[in-house]
Amino acid sequence: MNRTPILFLNVLVIAACGLVYELLAGTVASYVIGDSVTQFSLIIGLYLSALGVGAWLSRYLDRDLAARFVEVELAVALIGGLSAPLLFFGFARLQWFQLFLFLVVFVIGVLVGLELPILMRILKEHLDFKELVSRVLSFDYLGSLFAAVLFPLFLVPRIGLVRTSILFGFLNGCVGLYGTWLLASLIPRRRGALRVRAAIVMAILVVAFVQAKLLTSLAEEELFADEVVYATSSPYQRIVVTRGASGFHLFLNGNLQFSSADEYRYHEALVHPAMSLAGAPRHVLICGGGDGLALREVLRYPSVQQVTLVDLDPKMTSLSHTFPALADLNHHSFSDPRVHVVNQDAMIWLGENRNVYDAAIVDFPDPNNFALGKLFTTHFYRLLRQHLTPDAAVAVQCTSPLFARRSYWCVIRTMEAAGLFVRPYQTTVPSFGVWGFALARRTPFPTPSQVPMPLRSLDAPSLASMFVMPPDTGPVPVEINRLDNQTLVRYYEEEWKKWS
Amino acid sequence: MLTRRELLIAFLGVACAPRSRHSLPPGEIVGASDAVGHRLRTPQHIVPTEWTSHDVVIVGAGVAGLGAAWRFRHADFQDVVVLELEQVAGGTARSGKSFPWGAHYVPVPLPEDRALTRVLSEMGILESTDPPVAGEQYIVRDPEERIFYRGRWYEGLYLNAGASADDLRQLREFEAEIAKWVAWRDARGRRAFAIPSALASDDAEVMALDAMSMAQWMDAHRWTSPRLRWYVDYACRDDYGARLADTSAWAGVFYFAARVAAPGKESEPLITWPEGNGRLVAHLGKSARVDTGWLVVSVTPSQGGADVVAVSRDGRHARGIHAKHVVFAAPQFIAARVIPDYRDVHEFMYGSWLVANLTLKDRPSSVGFPLAWDNVLYESPALGYVVATHQMGIDYGPTVLTYYYALCDRDPRVARERLLSLNRDQWAEVVLSDLERAHPEIRALTQRLDVMRWGHAMIRPHPGFINSEARRRAREPLGNIHFAHSDLSGVALFEEALNHGVRAAEEVLRAEGRELISFR
Repeated sequence: MNRTPILFLNVLVIAACGLVYELLAGTVASYVIGDSVTQFSLIIGLYLSALGVGAWLSRYLDRDLAARFVEVELAVALIGGLSAPLLFFGFARLQWFQLFLFLVVFVIGVLVGLELPILMRILKEHLDFKELVSRVLSFDYLGSLFAAVLFPLFLVPRIGLVRTSILFGFLNGCVGLYGTWLLASLIPRRRGALRVRAAIVMAILVVAFVQAKLLTSLAEEELFADEVVYATSSPYQRIVVTRGASGFHLFLNGNLQFSSADEYRYHEALVHPAMSLAGAPRHVLICGGGDGLALREVLRYPSVQQVTLVDLDPKMTSLSHTFPALADLNHHSFSDPRVHVVNQDAMIWLGENRNVYDAAIVDFPDPNNFALGKLFTTHFYRLLRQHLTPDAAVAVQCTSPLFARRSYWCVIRTMEAAGLFVRPYQTTVPSFGVWGFALARRTPFPTPSQVPMPLRSLDAPSLASMFVMPPDTGPVPVEINRLDNQTLVRYYEEEWKKWS
Repeated sequence: MLTRRELLIAFLGVACAPRSRHSLPPGEIVGASDAVGHRLRTPQHIVPTEWTSHDVVIVGAGVAGLGAAWRFRHADFQDVVVLELEQVAGGTARSGKSFPWGAHYVPVPLPEDRALTRVLSEMGILESTDPPVAGEQYIVRDPEERIFYRGRWYEGLYLNAGASADDLRQLREFEAEIAKWVAWRDARGRRAFAIPSALASDDAEVMALDAMSMAQWMDAHRWTSPRLRWYVDYACRDDYGARLADTSAWAGVFYFAARVAAPGKESEPLITWPEGNGRLVAHLGKSARVDTGWLVVSVTPSQGGADVVAVSRDGRHARGIHAKHVVFAAPQFIAARVIPDYRDVHEFMYGSWLVANLTLKDRPSSVGFPLAWDNVLYESPALGYVVATHQMGIDYGPTVLTYYYALCDRDPRVARERLLSLNRDQWAEVVLSDLERAHPEIRALTQRLDVMRWGHAMIRPHPGFINSEARRRAREPLGNIHFAHSDLSGVALFEEALNHGVRAAEEVLRAEGRELISFR
């Protein structure tokens, strides 16, 4: 029987799989480490040299070539197939991720490098050398082209990295399993055992694919519109970074915190009114804001000598410091020597410290649970007030005055009840909609009318216009949010229920 | 030896089927010293070799004793000795470092409770005193209560989920009846129910409530709704360690009416601390040096005073004190053991409580409403647990749960025997099996589980007790022995204990010829 045509089809699949693993590793690395030129260059180089090592090692395989071929296929199926989940998992947990990455790439490269030499030696009985080299290499390059085109156009946008990885692992497994029949005459012994091993490998991959919920990153890809490029859980929250056509998005517990495309509108509005009102602030406090984006805006002021950023979650602040997409976006603010990070509950920290600040930026996630709701209470604002110099200015993010009007005004009235003089204002952030803030001081003050520096979304007239609340966002009667009533959490839940 | 199955049926009413894979977490029995205390069951003929003389001996460093000491200090009355059997002061209000071992909150006092207002004011808890308003951070942080029913947590203590129209009608009727009692005033303008109860009316209309049980009172109003009866039964178990049928209707209504300033208003908010009323104990305790570890074995009236004899816990030392006055701030059943020819105290019944503190490495997950301060299981005979870290504002990570179980057998002696019949491991098994209904992962999370067995945790206001002659007479001094304890009120509240302590101290001060403005 002439099995050569099907064997050449195998070459095509093998080549496509090999290239996909390489592309996957490069993509994952450039997502999570950044610097894609370096990452791709290193990974391609390492991978090609590993292919060489594999090809060289193939000389040591003499007996039972067909069985060895099937075994190599199964190994590639398992390691290559699980490479993307392994790499994501590894980044979240491992100190030496780069080393781990190189190891995975190298192992896959060596295994893939073994494939073609073994296959050519199996085929050499049927073809003369000229024919063999010509056909194998052309199918090899054809497979690579196939994968290279499919990867960016279909696989990444439609299937996602993790599932692409598992899918191609499965294809490798198919080649291995099918090989036990195709090359049956060349595998005289223990054919059954090989098939069982193949079945186990493929079953693992099928389980990984089907039980997608267990692989949290997979489960999340269903939740988020874009590709999940980073996901981790801290004791406090689930942190997910996605990447899409418009840029990066950060989600905490599934709630969008910013989109890199329009976050400047939010953070310019949050930071600059307070900073300019404060005059030339030297000591600045940021509560929350672990993404470092408010911090980026604060650090633009040369008067600033020290910024204390109090954010509960060390995973969030260290991610903003080390994850390239975030660090680029916050202009590597966490590397600035003026910045002092405290990972503690802001309310507890304020209760335990006595320092005073010239400006404070309060950037907590929306009050969608009691743990966050306490950070919007009279008690919190009273504590905050004790940490302000007489002329200090405070800005507070206070959810949307349009979608959650009572929640918004509840924050405003609560700040007033805590003895602050408050001016409500709002802006539009496409990712969020109409968004509300509060500007406050310990004494009455006029609305700011000047921007201190050229800004993308604010000039003097637009700054003034932010302080005009459109009628559908105007005041409504509300209760004050206190620790012992947590009114705000209840308002918030009620109001957002309507929009989700 | 009880099997696990029998244990759980006896204490939880269920046999939790799946055998746990986790071994029990470490822990021990802490206090109360039943073994030492039980020496009093046999007459102690101890002749101390060493005698000293003091103006006042306070027997017992619970809230009543410490309250008396606090009053003496404010009168600059120096020569006061406090003797306490336990190794630490506080009685049933004592605490660990950051968790309670017993009583764990007080409602914001109404203006008439001048003693508690003064204490809280000294502690810096109050923003204003007339009427008393507590600082936001001292009031129980929301969410305050939740209830677990058939696999899910719901907000509040009354089980609203699935309540029928009739259930809700009965609840409204009940609330209207309570409001009626809140508004009620006697001819002298006194409230029907007030804290401290000494300020409440003794009018016959109010006292008539004491003649019946809370169950009979509810029957008379045709309140049959199971969830309303559960709610009121829970209140009786929680505050008095007794079931509906064994609680005086006076005490039952007192629970709901005494903390409400005026009809239509909410109950006064609760003040609490991570260590519960241990914070109050610590404040009062600054007033006195407490000699802990002394078992008072006799208090004998003498010419111009009383002689107190005490032995150390190990029984090796005895001391005698000639006192001009004794403030006897221990329960009446002890008075009957140590004061010769004492009054009949058989009307005084005391409930038994088990309190466990569970040190958790992380919070248990919840289905439905999130973790609150007070967490109650509808289907459990126990009272649920409070979260010690709640009031610290810590919402993540390790915590301590304080679990309360009042053993409410009709006969308090049966309850006490049941309480003491179980060792630490058996109680740990009961506690964990109970909590497992709501938190399947509780065993894996619990790193330590200590238990406190309170044999005489609190006075039980059984029907007829409040209005009894025995209770009224018990507060009258016996020569120079003055009595102070919450059991004299029939309801075991911090405010009652404090009030009796202050009263007894002021009796002594007046007897000593001091001019004083009462703190009460």
